[in-house]
Amino acid sequence: MSSMADNTLSAADVVNTVSDSNIPGPLYFQKNKEGGVSYDVADIVDNAKLSVRSLDFFYDNFKALHSISLDIMSNKVTAFIGPSGCGKSTLLRCFNRIYEMYPRQTAKGEILLDGRNILGKSENLNLLRAKVGMVFQKPTPFPMSIYENIAFGVKLYERLSRVEMDERVEWALRKAAIWDEVKDKLNQSGTEISGGQQQRLCIARAIAIKPEILLLDEPASALDPISTLKIEELIDELKQDYTIVIVTHNMQQAARVSDFTGFLYLGKLIEYDDTSTIFTKPGKKQTQDYITGRFG
Amino acid sequence: MTTKNWCQLCCKRAAPELNNGFGINNGYGINNSQGRIYRRRKFVNSLVMTASVLTTLFGLFWLVWLLWTLLSQGLQYLKPSVFYLATPPPGSSGGLGNAILGSVVMTFVGVLIGAPAGILAGTYLSEFARESKIAMVIRFANDILLSAPSIVLGVFIYEVVVVSMGHFSAWAGSLALALIALPIVVRTTEDMLHLVSNSVREAAAALGTPQWKITVSIVFRAARSGILTGVLLAVARISGETAPLLFTALNNQFWTHSLNAPIANLPVVIFQFAMSPYDDWQHLAWAGAVLITLTILIINVLVRVFLKTSKTVF
Repeated sequence: MSSMADNTLSAADVVNTVSDSNIPGPLYFQKNKEGGVSYDVADIVDNAKLSVRSLDFFYDNFKALHSISLDIMSNKVTAFIGPSGCGKSTLLRCFNRIYEMYPRQTAKGEILLDGRNILGKSENLNLLRAKVGMVFQKPTPFPMSIYENIAFGVKLYERLSRVEMDERVEWALRKAAIWDEVKDKLNQSGTEISGGQQQRLCIARAIAIKPEILLLDEPASALDPISTLKIEELIDELKQDYTIVIVTHNMQQAARVSDFTGFLYLGKLIEYDDTSTIFTKPGKKQTQDYITGRFG
Repeated sequence: MTTKNWCQLCCKRAAPELNNGFGINNGYGINNSQGRIYRRRKFVNSLVMTASVLTTLFGLFWLVWLLWTLLSQGLQYLKPSVFYLATPPPGSSGGLGNAILGSVVMTFVGVLIGAPAGILAGTYLSEFARESKIAMVIRFANDILLSAPSIVLGVFIYEVVVVSMGHFSAWAGSLALALIALPIVVRTTEDMLHLVSNSVREAAAALGTPQWKITVSIVFRAARSGILTGVLLAVARISGETAPLLFTALNNQFWTHSLNAPIANLPVVIFQFAMSPYDDWQHLAWAGAVLITLTILIINVLVRVFLKTSKTVF
């Protein structure tokens, strides 16, 4: 647990710098009478990359998310934790509207990306997804070579020469800390490498098209501890360039990698604060019960 | 704790002491009421197992008998000349060359018409229409077409093509075969595309890939061996069809070079020659039967090999 203490320390440092430079963070949320988080719509948080406003989500008639509102900070790692079925993955899937692949899923409310509502009807989903990349729980390499796996996404948006493409592929693979392992077998099928390598390949594929936000849906839950460690180090590395939102079952992981943490339970955002606060002095009893392992 | 060759009840071998947590320990780790349940389970298991083995043997018995009869009667007549001589008049020597060619040509044209349409329709059902009403209707219609007796399809093509053209032709035969191949390919294509997990589609969509490109570049690639399998199964099915060809391609004693004329084909020639009173025709019918059976057998083996070598991870 010592590493966790170290990390909570560093998270506290982050909070200090945030308040020093007068950048409003999630701490600026008002707590309303019922104890839920509320906000003033007019109060746009300056440094927010994504602002969620009264988001409801429905699977057919089942309401999976209840009036979620929160701000996700630019170039920070935000983690969502909570028991299975609490809606954390659902929330993540709203940020790139991947849920639209399924006809009976609907979202109501607003999600502002740099101030623009991405839930609007006129939003171009493909361009949105170019800005908001996503990596899934199960590694999903495409049935093609490692090189093509990376080039596939790039070709959707850019027409690069062979040399430029080679450079881009190398850049993405280096960025995802997998270059040294695959540089000699770029023509091998992406499905033939190990699970941990496949997952980093998927991260490389996502960052190759240079998104602004990276959504990670339990990226390490199918991986062994060493691969998990590599992914976590990678997240730390990547947050310099990207805003990262991660969903995880693993609370230690949330504590290790994230700057801000949101706790969801039964489709409601129970508490959202900087990670050190959530893990050291949570404001809600439910949060405390969950992080101490009393339920979930 | 468990030692090798130790089983709990059946062979009464000395068992290590173990407390089952249910009270009385009878030395086998299981108390009496549990033992009754276990014995009953074992009894039912052996009963069902025996029935399964017997029914499998029943099926295999006829298959082996059929193959044995075919090979013992027909293999001796399968000479090289069978492949390059045309069907003879009774009493003179000949082969099945024109019928083999006719069958190959019509099967090829039939698949060429039926498979692309089937693949496209299956793709539409799996990737675009999915659970919509129109998809339900198409699926239902396809199932009816799949189980329609082939002779009905033959009569249909006779009415639509043969009557309006005024003569039998290879085109009509190919069309009838295409109608049989179509629903098979639709069904297998849809099933195989369903096997590609949604997580791959999601991953592609998450990069901002348009739907048509997800289908063409990702899903087809993951399912290509499965789709090819469906096409091969359709080939195996239509290469042995007789009924629809009787009404459409008819038959021809000679080599044909035009798809517009009646054309010889193996199934109809086998039918005609096997029913004839002439020994040499009957011998050729046996040879044809062996040939057609072996072809279908080989196609089915190929299908298995395809499915085995292309284990997709999805």
